[in-house]
Amino acid sequence: MDFGSINPVLLIASLMVASTPILLAAIGELVVERSGVLNLGVEGMMIVGAVTGFIVTVETQSPALGFIAGALGATLLSLVFGVLTQVFLSNQVATGLGLTLFGLGISALMGQEYAQLRTPTSPRWEFFGLDELPVIGPIAFNQHPLVYLSLILVIFVWWFLKTTRSGMILRAVGENHDAAHALGYSVIGTRFAAIAFGGACAGLGGAFLSLVIVPQWTDGMTAGRGWIALAIVVFASWKAGRVLLGAYLFGGISVLQLNLQAAGIAIPVELLSMSPYLITILVLVIISSGRASASGQAPASLGRAFHASG
Amino acid sequence: MKKRTFLAAALAATMATGVAADGHEPTKVGFIYVGPIGDGGWTYEHHQGLLAVQEEFGDKVETMYQESVPEGADAERAMTQMALQGADIIFTTSFGYMDPTINVAEKFPDVKFEHATGYKRADNVSTYSARFYEGRAVQGHIAGKMTQSNKIGYIASFPIPEVIRGINASYLWAKKANPDVEMSVIWVYTWFDPAKEADAAKALIENGVDVVLQHTDSTAPQAAAAEAGGVVTFGQASDMSEYAPFPRVSSIIDNWAPYYIDRVRAVMDGTWESKDTWDGIAPGMVEIGEITDAVPADVKAEALALRDAIASGETHVFTGPLNKQDGSVWLADGETADDGALAGMDFYIEGLTGDIPN
Repeated sequence: MDFGSINPVLLIASLMVASTPILLAAIGELVVERSGVLNLGVEGMMIVGAVTGFIVTVETQSPALGFIAGALGATLLSLVFGVLTQVFLSNQVATGLGLTLFGLGISALMGQEYAQLRTPTSPRWEFFGLDELPVIGPIAFNQHPLVYLSLILVIFVWWFLKTTRSGMILRAVGENHDAAHALGYSVIGTRFAAIAFGGACAGLGGAFLSLVIVPQWTDGMTAGRGWIALAIVVFASWKAGRVLLGAYLFGGISVLQLNLQAAGIAIPVELLSMSPYLITILVLVIISSGRASASGQAPASLGRAFHASG
Repeated sequence: MKKRTFLAAALAATMATGVAADGHEPTKVGFIYVGPIGDGGWTYEHHQGLLAVQEEFGDKVETMYQESVPEGADAERAMTQMALQGADIIFTTSFGYMDPTINVAEKFPDVKFEHATGYKRADNVSTYSARFYEGRAVQGHIAGKMTQSNKIGYIASFPIPEVIRGINASYLWAKKANPDVEMSVIWVYTWFDPAKEADAAKALIENGVDVVLQHTDSTAPQAAAAEAGGVVTFGQASDMSEYAPFPRVSSIIDNWAPYYIDRVRAVMDGTWESKDTWDGIAPGMVEIGEITDAVPADVKAEALALRDAIASGETHVFTGPLNKQDGSVWLADGETADDGALAGMDFYIEGLTGDIPN
């Protein structure tokens, strides 16, 4: 197949960048859902991360501080969700949706003064000349630090959930909160930690959008990426490795279809534009359809409120 | 955003009771926006129009707006809500609101509707648009002169006549300025998605393009071009001057304010009637933003001369001989395109590659 003017190396390098916000948000939400909490506010947390990250970067001229602020801002918002759902036992679906609406609104308000500003660009890492290597250089050794961080986070989450004691407690809380409680584990405490982690990851993803990919602040700039992250967690049947696959498939095909159009390859544009959604869902459904049914793979206590008296 | 609308509605309600008491009912003016007012492009300029209306009429008007209304069923809900809140005139500012506007207008015969960039009218529905393609011709000329790689990229939103006219106009005039020019078009199927617009710009640049034109509403492609370096862009809908003098070397600015003031006044006077308005550079609805010093002086002079020739009517953007993409004759020598053909344009002109999606 002739790919015309498309350079596969640049393509892979840019698909990794394009996928990172979704990957970060999805890996955070995976941990939240494995603890039995359904937080539909990912979109709201991402955009709050995007705006706080942007504002702090503009004010301090330091992208690193911006990323930290983005993560903290979204964590703060996620803790509001935590208090409402864990302490006051509000409905998780309604609260999550509310969080998204609130996040979109408050980010627009906070960002008003910052709409048309520019930030210092945050440099990619160059590994002592390794980035000059053909093919592998631009892909593996010349990315933004957050791209590496997102990959490390995926491995960390996989390792944490599979092998550590805390990870097993988190899964136990997600599968059967009454049993975990009876064993003396703190259900609420575990869930708060998971919610905060999810918030920080979503915030980082949002800040990556406003500081690296776009890079500027515009109202509503997440444009539904939080929802895609949520969908990827479900289709990945709550497994860290598959979240990586799903996010890279989605981001990769999104970038590929734009490149195919730019190179003038004769494939109908309608097909190309829907391909990221179709292929990601298809692949994830196929790999998860082998054994137990998809619904059987969801954490058993997902979305259910916990009260110690129950 | 919903919250803001709610506040606006609450404010509107309190003001209505307050003002009605002394017998002066303000004219209520509603706007439905497809993006956020801070998009820096399309919706931003419509909102500037709203602010101009407010400025002009003071407390004789009450304005309300809803941002980021999806094109589709939800748009009908938003318009109905505005009509129920007592709006006297509602501006629906995106092509995709066409059928919803007609549907809602049927239910509220006393409310005036103004739909931007569409072609369906009714007794209480007017349409209005700007001849953006006149500005596109000027951009095309600059693009053809500025490109080093002879490859120009165009980020297109939806395959509707307005967008296709823009592609044809810029390609035609780029080709006149530089016969070797080629154009790649990317359809992103969105008016506003900064990350996707940025990815599209990067894809074009990675494929060798060094001039990027956009028909989407955010400034993200400008930022992508700035980062890549050496890539020329143009402001779209709004001046986007924060990216001047380079990469943004010029822009098309939509100036809706005079039209909005005019139409609101017509409602107040009771002289409003359904009509179709399609204004271009001459009446000032389409403005060409400052051409920066990054453009060589002779190219700048040519571009300004072209702008003035279009404004005076001396030059029509689409003048024959001109063929369609398949080689068939569209316009004979010296013939100019009539408004009907332009309004329904659904084909590429000769030389453009690729197909227009349905």
